[in-house]
Amino acid sequence: MKFILMMTAKKADWDEYTKWSKGDLERNVAFMRAFSKELKDSGVFVATEGLAWPGEAKMVHAGKNGEPITDGVFPESKEFLAGYWIIDVESPEQAYKIAARVSAAPGSGGKSGSVPVEVRPVLGSHADLGL
Amino acid sequence: MKYILLMTGTKVGVESYLAWSQKDRDAHMTVLERIAKELTSSGEFVTTQGLAGPEEANVVRGEKGGMPVTDGVFPESKEFLLGYWIVDVATRERAYAIAGRISAAPGPGGMPTNMPIEVRGFATYPGPGSDRR
Amino acid sequence: MPDPSDRPIAHLLRELAPQVLSPVVRRFRDFAAAEDAVQEALIAATAQWPREGVPANPRAWLIQVASRRMADHIRSEVARRHREQVVAEETERLALPVDAFTETGEDDALVLLFMCCHPALTPASAIALTLRAVGGLTTAEIANAFLVPEATMAQRITRAKQSIKESGIPFQFPTAEDRAQRLRAVLHVLYLIFNEGYASSAGPHLRRADLSDEAIRLTRIVYHRQSDNGEVAGLLALMLLTDARRAARTSPDGELIPLAQQNRTLWDRQQIAEGIALLSAVLPKGSVGPYQLQAAIAAVHDEAARAEDTDWSQILALYDLLKRMSDNPMILLNHAIAAAMVHGPRKGLELLGALDSDPRLAERHRLEAVRAHLLEMAGEHEAAITHYRSAASRAPSIPERNYLMLQAARLSEFLSTDHKAPD
Repeated sequence: MKFILMMTAKKADWDEYTKWSKGDLERNVAFMRAFSKELKDSGVFVATEGLAWPGEAKMVHAGKNGEPITDGVFPESKEFLAGYWIIDVESPEQAYKIAARVSAAPGSGGKSGSVPVEVRPVLGSHADLGL
Repeated sequence: MKYILLMTGTKVGVESYLAWSQKDRDAHMTVLERIAKELTSSGEFVTTQGLAGPEEANVVRGEKGGMPVTDGVFPESKEFLLGYWIVDVATRERAYAIAGRISAAPGPGGMPTNMPIEVRGFATYPGPGSDRR
Repeated sequence: MPDPSDRPIAHLLRELAPQVLSPVVRRFRDFAAAEDAVQEALIAATAQWPREGVPANPRAWLIQVASRRMADHIRSEVARRHREQVVAEETERLALPVDAFTETGEDDALVLLFMCCHPALTPASAIALTLRAVGGLTTAEIANAFLVPEATMAQRITRAKQSIKESGIPFQFPTAEDRAQRLRAVLHVLYLIFNEGYASSAGPHLRRADLSDEAIRLTRIVYHRQSDNGEVAGLLALMLLTDARRAARTSPDGELIPLAQQNRTLWDRQQIAEGIALLSAVLPKGSVGPYQLQAAIAAVHDEAARAEDTDWSQILALYDLLKRMSDNPMILLNHAIAAAMVHGPRKGLELLGALDSDPRLAERHRLEAVRAHLLEMAGEHEAAITHYRSAASRAPSIPERNYLMLQAARLSEFLSTDHKAPD
């Protein structure tokens, strides 16, 4: 069963992230690297991506004449996707356990965080679109 | 360059989608399939994934007593990621154009949904022209 | 699934690919179909040879299999044509006749390389077509290298062939008057392939370094036939001198290590020696072009035993020359760094000012990162921290982002301890 594990953050959180101390950053980077490696070694890893800073994010919708309409203004409360992991596991419980692990990644101030990680099943893949 | 196109919706939005007729949903999917095929043909398609709806979402916040702390209750206003496309295109503008097309896919009564799609870049695909050391 | 230990077979096939494609194209006159047929033959060989052994004449085997596929393709196309008029038009549309594939006396691979770097193609298309038709990589391998699905990459290559046909520009080894320009296109494509491989030697998507190896291999083929051409030698030297540092560029953890901090014992001395020898042979010959200059700069770096031994004056002089040939913003940026190393950070910062309004600098993160570094050198720590953070937020990859954030954090810590009142 495939699940997606997502981490989001508001713009203010992103900005805070750049101000973490050296030790906190190093611990977090090392943790994330070890986490991805664990996923690969245990055979559950499918994919992971980190997204670019939301500074360049745009909302797009269809305009009247087929031209896309873009908008780069977002409310302060907007949660921007920071990155995700896709894992293939036996059960939702296993997915939650893995999510709990990354949720506890070391954060700022030297504390182990409990960053919210959203977990959801992935519905098939582009195979469903006949490709 | 690779871009991700994120489709989000609130719980209410998803419920209204589920209320579409089967015919309208099929028409919508047909257009998305066509776009995917065209993007493969143009050499721009990387992937697309649909995610299960908000009722199957859970947020995990650390552990307590060895068990993950999960919570499936969300505010009405929460935006849920419903699915995404990843495309590999020559320009950012092309990514916007593709998003515009997806946004124009038909909804109830054949009218374009005009759903807003968030376009983001990546930090995991290394780009050409990166600093050579 | 072929055993990765069949590397010698894989290498053999890649070398033979252009030598098989050329005769099949000459015989059937349709490059697009021939290239597809050769791909199929290579895939068949990859599957069968590990089991059955490499044939006594592998090239002949491949030509025969590819020719059989071509014959099948033609037969089925003819049959379809009899059934449906429309199909005939499709075949016509996709067929890419070779306008002039005369015996040039040149290496098959060289000829194909020149043909595939066709003016009608975007760099991405030329890269894909070149890697398959000349490099002998499979569609899957190329797709993997560029992190797209195989079907997508297959279409890019098919479209590349279509673009060539639709352009009306002959698909052939260039005439003498076009050769110099086409050579420039070839070198540019090879440079892009190399860069694609080199830039991605860090981060979670590894194993793209093979692209750098492939670029070097193909450039050697060009060099073999054009060793007296300064820019060809320059490009090969540049690749070798840059690739030589690959092992030192990333930590075992995948984090980026800047040039100044690299462990130089990990640099490949053999590649450096070869690069320098290539340059020495060609530089005295007169007109020096941008690849030679970039190679010379790389050589100056590679010759320094320690970062502090780097001859920045020479590098600055070389960038002064390079600046006159190209207004590429990356060159201007590197020139500013060199100027800072020779004349002090203020001079470098002054030069960066000119780049602020340059709309082309897509990699603003690089401009911000350099500015931050120079501000730090100049002792303007608060400003440096701000710019490191700004650069981090624009970094196109996580290893670069991490590196820049760590610089900001390091400097921030330095400031806070520096300002602590003594006990």
